[in-house]
Amino acid sequence: MSAETAQTTPKGFLGWVDKRFPVIDTWNKHLGDYYAPKNMGFWSLFGSLALVVLVLQIVTGLWLAMSYKPAAADAFASVEYIMRDVEWGWLLRYMHSTGASFFFIVVYLHMFRGLMWGSYKKPRELLWMIGVLLYLAMMATAFFGYLLPWGQMSYWGAQVIVNLFAAVPKVGEGLSTWVRGDFVISDATLNRFYALHFFVPFLIAALVFLHIVALHRVGSTNPDGIEIKEHKDENGKPLDGIPFHPYYTVKDTMGLVAFLAIFAAVVFFAPDFGGIFLEPPNFQPADPLKTPPHIAPVWYFTPYYAMLRAVPPIAGSQFPGVVVMFAAILIMFLLPWLDRSPVRSMRYKGILSRGFLAAFAVSFIVLAYLGLQPASDLYTLLARIFTVVYFAFFLLMPIYTKLEKTKPVPERVTT
Amino acid sequence: MRIAVLAIALLLSPVVTLAASEGPPLKQANIDLTDKASLQRGAKYFVNYCMGCHSLQYLRYNRMAEDLGIPEDELRDNLIFGNAKPGDLMTNAMRAEDGTKWFGTAVPDLTLVTRWREPDWVYTYLKSFYVDDTRPYGVNNLMFPKVGMPHVLAPLQGVQEPVYAGGHAAEAGAEEHVVGVKLVEEGQLTPKEYDKMVRDLTNFLTYVGEPIQLERKRIGIYVLIFLGVLFLLAYFMKKEFWKDVH
Amino acid sequence: MNAQGVDKGRRRVLVAATSVVGAVGVGFVAVPFIASLNPSARARAAGAPVEADVSKLEPGALLRVKWRGQPIWVVYRTDQMLEALPTNDPKLVDPTSEVDHQPPYCKNPTRSIKPEFFVAIGICTHLGCSPTYRPEFAPDDLGKEWKGGWFCPCHGSKFDLAGRVFKGVPAPTNLVIPKHMYTNETTILVGQDEGAA
Repeated sequence: MSAETAQTTPKGFLGWVDKRFPVIDTWNKHLGDYYAPKNMGFWSLFGSLALVVLVLQIVTGLWLAMSYKPAAADAFASVEYIMRDVEWGWLLRYMHSTGASFFFIVVYLHMFRGLMWGSYKKPRELLWMIGVLLYLAMMATAFFGYLLPWGQMSYWGAQVIVNLFAAVPKVGEGLSTWVRGDFVISDATLNRFYALHFFVPFLIAALVFLHIVALHRVGSTNPDGIEIKEHKDENGKPLDGIPFHPYYTVKDTMGLVAFLAIFAAVVFFAPDFGGIFLEPPNFQPADPLKTPPHIAPVWYFTPYYAMLRAVPPIAGSQFPGVVVMFAAILIMFLLPWLDRSPVRSMRYKGILSRGFLAAFAVSFIVLAYLGLQPASDLYTLLARIFTVVYFAFFLLMPIYTKLEKTKPVPERVTT
Repeated sequence: MRIAVLAIALLLSPVVTLAASEGPPLKQANIDLTDKASLQRGAKYFVNYCMGCHSLQYLRYNRMAEDLGIPEDELRDNLIFGNAKPGDLMTNAMRAEDGTKWFGTAVPDLTLVTRWREPDWVYTYLKSFYVDDTRPYGVNNLMFPKVGMPHVLAPLQGVQEPVYAGGHAAEAGAEEHVVGVKLVEEGQLTPKEYDKMVRDLTNFLTYVGEPIQLERKRIGIYVLIFLGVLFLLAYFMKKEFWKDVH
Repeated sequence: MNAQGVDKGRRRVLVAATSVVGAVGVGFVAVPFIASLNPSARARAAGAPVEADVSKLEPGALLRVKWRGQPIWVVYRTDQMLEALPTNDPKLVDPTSEVDHQPPYCKNPTRSIKPEFFVAIGICTHLGCSPTYRPEFAPDDLGKEWKGGWFCPCHGSKFDLAGRVFKGVPAPTNLVIPKHMYTNETTILVGQDEGAA
């Protein structure tokens, strides 16, 4: 079913609006007449799912903000107030806490798709970099948000991470005091983290808009990594493309319902998720005088935390560990230029690329696990090994992508 | 690619827990929140034995009464002491400074104890006190060495002595060598009766930790059924439209 | 991509079915969000019914309790006060309590369950000030005809000892009487009655 190319002036309400606001043109350009590869499959769902989860977090977050109190004396009690006294408050809270974790699961899968399909390669470099900015904004939002329940893990996790700023040579102490607004994590810190947790999602929304605009400029890629715009029919439509509406609206709807079922299963039957989504120490109110035995960030930060702990102090400073931790994220910006392969998608790359990608995925997951555990000699050794593997994926990429033998890329898409 | 999917599936399974399995083995409390009679007994025990020191400051009397099926007059007669109204939170008169003076630390509120510990831990704790002359109240606890709490339920349970690891003579105060406890003198309750009491208390505290637990699972079933139906419709709709695509 | 052989009917049915069920789902999801704005258990506890103990109340005296943040008056009216009430009728806007400012069991000449105890929300029906209790008969400032009642200092509204508003004052309606009941001879429970809790 192809969209109409000739447009008669619409009548009625739609006509009235369209004279004043380009609804029909926008609809056609971005949905009805916007062509996407027909072979995108399962891995393409995570972009639209990420948008849905963002909306879910904003709506549940706004509703929680109606009852939550961002002051050290009241915050913990206000969360229990929401859980017990506010009608359906428990559901709002569980949707928001589960949604935070699911947001990262969806985005990690979305990024992994990018790695598999080479979605970062020309002409999609800017699209990819906006994505990395989105990831950073998400992590900032999650970091600010995690302090808000004011539990033991909230407090001490924030204490550890903000103390990282103190590792910066010379300006460190002043910097971390400035971030906290006090000499220790306190009411001042909580209040400003609340304001920032509320605000950064607006930045995320703006970046999502830019992300989609950039995407629509170049079009989605696909598992074969070939450009569908290179083969068009007599009407100028890509031969291997289909209009986003109705095909991908219908498919994304199905994907959304499946996702909601998994989401609901967790919200209603396992909101704690084995202590990973809601951690036991956080059911105790923050106590500045008592440190819990094991402090760990939430699971979606733990790969980087494992790297931080793996790097030994150099000249008495923990700063190198901090640098490595941030480098692990910032290096993602360079990906479009590290990949020298003549081929876009992993499907046609050589064995080295596939091996390194698999090793990267495994190391990310292993590092996540290690970051959740208390440190031990064995775990520190493993963390060091897997940190090296993680960076090798990026740093050796210019070499192995040029060295390897790639497979011939087809002209037209396969399944 | 397949490795990736497998690895992701692994990550999604709650294999990883933060509560490291350290410390003495836990005994099973067999929590059953549908057992209202047990919850009611647990509420009675808590109010009578524990609430003088331990508050339940996030739970309201009337919420507890409603969930446990206790009529309001029985609530007022048996479970509310003092001037509290049914709508009030279950606080007590213990102040932090008194706790510190009398027990070495402020007495913790127990509303969420089964969420930051776990129910089996609370159950095992209540069964793990043993005599220790070096402690201010004459008792220590296998699960919580040097605990400040006296053994309130001692008249009911009786007297327990520590069991030391093989090769260690009985040394008072050497908690690191204590690996178990044994009952040497029965109290007013038989061991089976005491177990039941402690289990009722733990059951009650598990309810208190998350009163909505049963209800959320009940609602969850309907939500999943609904989404199952919606998924089928969305699936057939997708398949129908995608017939066009070759 | 071929557009022939497209079963448009089937597509319409599937889209309609999915949309309808989806819309029902949206309706279900909206319920928690809307309901969460209702008064919480904390608000309901704070707004719970309040007991007023009149066993020690002297004749002619006014007892004040707080319910839902509002002052509630309980007055022990003397026989003299009660006999004077009907004489006010010609000067009142709504002597027979036609306007729905009281529960059905207080729609009577004394606007109360028991004649001797008058219960009302102590807030002027003009702009919300709390009027002053003037039980004395014929004071200088209120004139010879004054048979006891309330005088609102903000804008001069006047109410009699059954809370009924006088003509010619800014307040438009009688004082509001909250639902209440007697739990025993000397205890009034404000905020609850037999009909609904």
